[in-house]
Amino acid sequence: MAVALGFRLIDQTRLVTVTSELARNVVKYARRGRMIAQPTRGEDGREGLRLIFEDTGPGIPDINAAMRDGFTTGGGLGKGLPGSKRLMDDFRIESSAEHGTRVTVVRWL
Amino acid sequence: MDGLQRIPILKVGRVLIVPIQVDMDDQTVMHLQERILSELERTGARGVLIDISLLEMVDSFIGRVLSDIAAMARIMDARTVVVGMQPAVAITLVELGLELRGVDTVLNVDEGIKLLRCEFDFNEEDEGEFSWGELSAFAEQINRS
Repeated sequence: MAVALGFRLIDQTRLVTVTSELARNVVKYARRGRMIAQPTRGEDGREGLRLIFEDTGPGIPDINAAMRDGFTTGGGLGKGLPGSKRLMDDFRIESSAEHGTRVTVVRWL
Repeated sequence: MDGLQRIPILKVGRVLIVPIQVDMDDQTVMHLQERILSELERTGARGVLIDISLLEMVDSFIGRVLSDIAAMARIMDARTVVVGMQPAVAITLVELGLELRGVDTVLNVDEGIKLLRCEFDFNEEDEGEFSWGELSAFAEQINRS
């Protein structure tokens, strides 16, 4: 999809890497969830690709801590969330114990 | 298990060559780490050359395992060189915040072999049956394929 939209190689790599990081989080912390990839258009008319990762897992108790480099509760490096934010243009995370976690990222063309 | 078997570990002289030519799932990565270490023990190899030129993505998990392999190999008295990282992969790794601590990286297999060779020549008197010519010929083969 990233190729079809006309993303150059470096952005394809960013998108694939973020997908790997965030999908791993879903599987690791919530065991299952879903990912949605959709072309999107910004207010200024530019095109992009939006990726949404959502699960109904336990949620993230402290999002600020989870966004810090090196913070992990799962034995990893703690680079997944903050690193993904750096790789994308837009990054939004919502999480609660009741509804689980949703991470939405966008990379613009 | 079939996904786990695909990555060959070749011993040429005293170097283990690991050409990674498929994208790996987590289990394959972990399995590869174990296999490299047991091959080091079994063969007494002194260098590990991991070719990632065909990998289109290195995420934080694979990055960590590469660092771990280098650290573990060092404890087993072997040096690890990662060769052929694509520019887009390098950019992505740095943006992710990974520095591949303790891993030597070079541009291609030839450079990797040169690096290991310097290391060995410096540290060792007896090369035994070890043949650099054989290794270089092999590297050319990999570069061509």
